[in-house]
Amino acid sequence: MAAVPKNVAAIAVAVLIAAFTAGSPEGLRYDDTLARRSALVAQPFRAAPTDVPPRRIISLIPATTEMLFAMGAGDRVAGASNYDRYPPEAARLPKLGGLLDPDIERVIALKPDLVIVYDTQVDLKKQLERARIPIFPYVHRGLADITQTMRALGARVGAKAAADAAATRIEQQLAAVGARVAGRARPKTLLVFGREQGTLRHVNASGGYGFLHDVLEIAGGADVLGDLRKQSVDMSTEMILTRAPEVIIELHYSGEMKPEAFEAERRVWDAMPSVPAVKTGRIYLLDGQEFVVPGPRIVVAAERFARALHPEAFR
Amino acid sequence: MPARVEAIGGVNRRPVRQRLLWTVAGFGTLALAACLLAPLVGSTRISLAAAFDRSIPYAENIDAQIFFVARLPRVLAAALVGSALALAGVVFQALLRNPLASPDTLGVSAGAALGAMMAITFGLDFSLLGISAVPLASFAGSMGALAIVYGLSTARRRGTSAVVLLLGGVTVHALLSAVIAFVQYLADFTQTFRNVRWLMGSLDVASYAPIVAALVPLFVAWAGFATLPRVLDLISVGSESAAARGVNIERTERVALVSASLATGAAVSLAGPVSFVGIIVPHLVRLIVGADHRLVLPASALFGGAFLIGCDLVARTIVAPLELPVGIVTAIIGGPVFLWLLFRRM
Repeated sequence: MAAVPKNVAAIAVAVLIAAFTAGSPEGLRYDDTLARRSALVAQPFRAAPTDVPPRRIISLIPATTEMLFAMGAGDRVAGASNYDRYPPEAARLPKLGGLLDPDIERVIALKPDLVIVYDTQVDLKKQLERARIPIFPYVHRGLADITQTMRALGARVGAKAAADAAATRIEQQLAAVGARVAGRARPKTLLVFGREQGTLRHVNASGGYGFLHDVLEIAGGADVLGDLRKQSVDMSTEMILTRAPEVIIELHYSGEMKPEAFEAERRVWDAMPSVPAVKTGRIYLLDGQEFVVPGPRIVVAAERFARALHPEAFR
Repeated sequence: MPARVEAIGGVNRRPVRQRLLWTVAGFGTLALAACLLAPLVGSTRISLAAAFDRSIPYAENIDAQIFFVARLPRVLAAALVGSALALAGVVFQALLRNPLASPDTLGVSAGAALGAMMAITFGLDFSLLGISAVPLASFAGSMGALAIVYGLSTARRRGTSAVVLLLGGVTVHALLSAVIAFVQYLADFTQTFRNVRWLMGSLDVASYAPIVAALVPLFVAWAGFATLPRVLDLISVGSESAAARGVNIERTERVALVSASLATGAAVSLAGPVSFVGIIVPHLVRLIVGADHRLVLPASALFGGAFLIGCDLVARTIVAPLELPVGIVTAIIGGPVFLWLLFRRM
């Protein structure tokens, strides 16, 4: 019985602390605007001894899990999200929920000394703070955030040199893709994130920002919806016809799509023969998990975009 | 006595016929005007002359494709969905003797939503005569819900009271909503996005195949509705007095339930759940033509179609080149108009 009032008191104290620190500069640590500016705002929880590198890391975002493995810290990852599939070792880690439903009890039970959370996981952050478990809040917007986050994460987990090297390698590889297609005409490209299977209904496509928009630009395409300040746009049939893209790249994420399914989904576009991409047959269906994860494999995504947009540059 | 009844019937018959004529002419003109004018307007300007110019090959003719692929199917879908939901609303309100009843009340549209959520979440990939998995699964879901509700209504031999049907239907709705939440929970991030978007409704059907498919259950529903106007008037007063006048209550209720559910299932599988049309159009029409179902049913069908065409026109032009989900517009436009009419009458 005594435990109940104690918990209530702890919650009350935590609420009070949160209320008082909210206005102070320190309290702004999780403020979204700051987090947006750079992934570098990620700071260790106050109580954590920062000089000791964490030994039991939980990463609840596939992108950061991949980053940890890329910087050679994979053996210290003790748990991951339900959506972690890559590298194969990550798929075998304990699955602790997703963005909207993290399993807080199991996270705490694994006794982590660092938990990487998405910055909007407010409840999770509060509970981890209450449990005195250090966190690394993460957000991603554009392509530049990937290598920035890698460097910041590397510094936090004591793998700075390896993380810097991996990040630099990614930047070099992206620059190499850009150099390969440089000077070529940039086709107006519609980058489709998803639609209803077998029809052209509910077409959702890349707008003027976001990491896939950035990758498309690097790979030598001009986003046909680049003027719309939205990460993703619900497109009407009329809008597809009037925007008249020269290339359509359609993303699928299973990584196991069959060739006949590709062909069937490609033919769906024939309903709009006036669209230049349909007329010239420049519709590319790309299937792969690298398109949903803004992590180190973004290089693979960039090269696949570039090969679709400028096949002649890769002969 | 028989002579007297005949006399009353004779007195009533002519004005109703005349009013029906005027009602159909008035609302029909409105619906026709909406069907003809709406395809001319959109987020982009098109040339009608070019769209109908046979000398330009169709594959090159962007005006024709905007007119025939983007706009015309959309306007037709809006007309069918609007009229189906309005008719279903009228019938459910009379059947359940409840002014708050709507096509959503008995769980048929929740069943349709569940079917669509399952098709999206579990990546069902099949098609039938050019109709893809999501609308097929959605229609199957609505029929599943209808089967449950119909089973409830026939569980007692002497016909089910409106209260029992209403409570049973609302419970089925709640149950299916919980299953929808569970399926949503199983979905991953990209599927959740598509599920949520589907739930907002969209009339952008982009081809004629789903419209033709929806016409099949709609024809059955229309045939059912055609038998209902007179008996609904009697039923909405009370089943005892209707039975006293020789109405086969049980049969009528079943015809009403099945046709309204078929119309709802066809509409929701075509456009997703479009809220508000099924509840507001019947009441708006009653405020204008009175409570006689011989007038309310055809007027609601015509006005429902015109209303949804108008709302969809607003949805696709007001924030062009982007679009608003049509369900938001139906509520934002329909709500104040309804309140205005309601308070003007008081």
